[in-house]
Amino acid sequence: MIELVDLSVGYRRRKLLDGVTATLAAGELTALIGRNGTGKSTLLRTVCGLERPLDGAVRLDGCDLAAMTPARLARTVAFVATERVRVANLRCEDVVALGRAPYTNWFGRMQDEDRHMVARALEAVGMGAFARRPMNRISDGECQRVMIARALAQDTPVIVLDEPTSFLDLPGRRELVSLLRRLAHEERKCILFSTHELDLVLSFADRAMLIDPPQLCTLSADELAHSERLERLFGIPTA
Amino acid sequence: MKLRTCWLFASLALLTVGLFLFDLTVGSVGISVRDVGAALMGGDCDPTTARIVLDIRLLKALVALLAGAALAVSGLQMQTLFRNPLAGPYVLGVSSGASLGVALFLLGLPLLGASGQVAFSALGMAGAAWVGAAAILLLIAALSNRIKDIMVILILGMMFSSGVGAVVQILQYLSDETALKSFVIWTMGSLGDVTAEQLALLAPAVGLGLVLAVATTKPLNLLLLGENYARTMGLSVRHARLWIFFSTVLLAGTVTAFCGPIGFVGLAVPHVARNVFVTADHRVLLPASALTGSVAMLVCDIVSKTLTLPVNTVTALLGIPIVVWVVVRNKSMA
Repeated sequence: MIELVDLSVGYRRRKLLDGVTATLAAGELTALIGRNGTGKSTLLRTVCGLERPLDGAVRLDGCDLAAMTPARLARTVAFVATERVRVANLRCEDVVALGRAPYTNWFGRMQDEDRHMVARALEAVGMGAFARRPMNRISDGECQRVMIARALAQDTPVIVLDEPTSFLDLPGRRELVSLLRRLAHEERKCILFSTHELDLVLSFADRAMLIDPPQLCTLSADELAHSERLERLFGIPTA
Repeated sequence: MKLRTCWLFASLALLTVGLFLFDLTVGSVGISVRDVGAALMGGDCDPTTARIVLDIRLLKALVALLAGAALAVSGLQMQTLFRNPLAGPYVLGVSSGASLGVALFLLGLPLLGASGQVAFSALGMAGAAWVGAAAILLLIAALSNRIKDIMVILILGMMFSSGVGAVVQILQYLSDETALKSFVIWTMGSLGDVTAEQLALLAPAVGLGLVLAVATTKPLNLLLLGENYARTMGLSVRHARLWIFFSTVLLAGTVTAFCGPIGFVGLAVPHVARNVFVTADHRVLLPASALTGSVAMLVCDIVSKTLTLPVNTVTALLGIPIVVWVVVRNKSMA
């Protein structure tokens, strides 16, 4: 579903990842881990088309991302950013409805199918009861769930999340990552998220992509637990 | 649309019509509502009264209607684009660009020895203001194609404004008294100096700006979540920015060219619309701001005529408490 082909990302003066190759399948939850400044966000932004790769290509659903129109891209990959969106007077269901933008007309008119998708997305993240609450009067965890519902409403095979667990307390983080796991398995989405929570990765993710600058290695959760790379990169024992 | 929204729109429309008619009755000569009606319908009334209503007051009220709507919509666009509640139509330097145009025209031309007659023609003044506003905006639009970060554009706009302000001051310093006085009067803003010929230019320009604004409602809604989200939802942010800039120069630039810089309407009205309609959806906010802007401008015109004050001072004195109220209310709610 997501293929990284000889991909280099970073900035003109500093390559963060150099010629990495990886393949992520549908129905899998993949965690991206790595230390600060190793290019986690940059890689995620490149996968969403927000940054251009320095070299190589990202293929989504078999198509080269660089050749996709913005409209096509918006129907293929949805993004959830780290930043919190707190717009006054904007209700949760309005935010989720914006996710339908790639499918609505120039004025953003919602059809019955769109409304159905919005309601379903809110239910899927357990926020059905919050539909009419304004975004500036819910907690950080609820806000993050609404943003995930927005990504679901966008109805894309791929969802990319940049540190979705930051700002959340410990139970909140566990709930959120298990929600992502459920969505990947039940809705057959290819979900990629970055995080610093190694314990969550070990207990919920199907795979982990580990940034070992300037390389990237893909491991299953089991392999990760027994890999000495974690220890080397983070300086902690994993057993 | 929700029932409450429909009711609000209906009452706002009624209020606009009511204030528009009331505005026609107010002035140095009091004219009754019945006479105004007769003059408008071509009924039986005194020819002098009919001339005052049709040639002077109707023109001024129409200008107030258009100027209010244009400034409010432009302010709404800038607040969403920059995700900043204190942005307004002038944040990109539209008004300083217009001031520079007028200053060069009124103050610069006499310095170069051009004839005074040309310099003081009203249409030339408006034209100079429009060219000045458009020039600044083109510069910003050209830069914004290369700059990704919208905050950098905001800072550039402010720096341009300050730089242009300094140039205008130099021109003022070098100018003689008459030229200086007409410039200062222009900066005070006036709805009444617009002639019928100028209205024939102002109305279509503002109309086109409003049409463009309606066409950018979906981009504006997507931009509520920030540029990253907007782009991943399929929006070409660069194109959207250019259209929004273009719409704003047509709206705020044109109004400023003909009426002078009118403060606070563009800043305060979108906040009022958001709080009254309790929404962030631009499909509702855009017409709501336009109508509220017209209402606000008509009220300011009525007050300024009653007290014979420059309209700019009235918009500031009425607008500032609203902005303060909005800021305090939002802070205490958060």
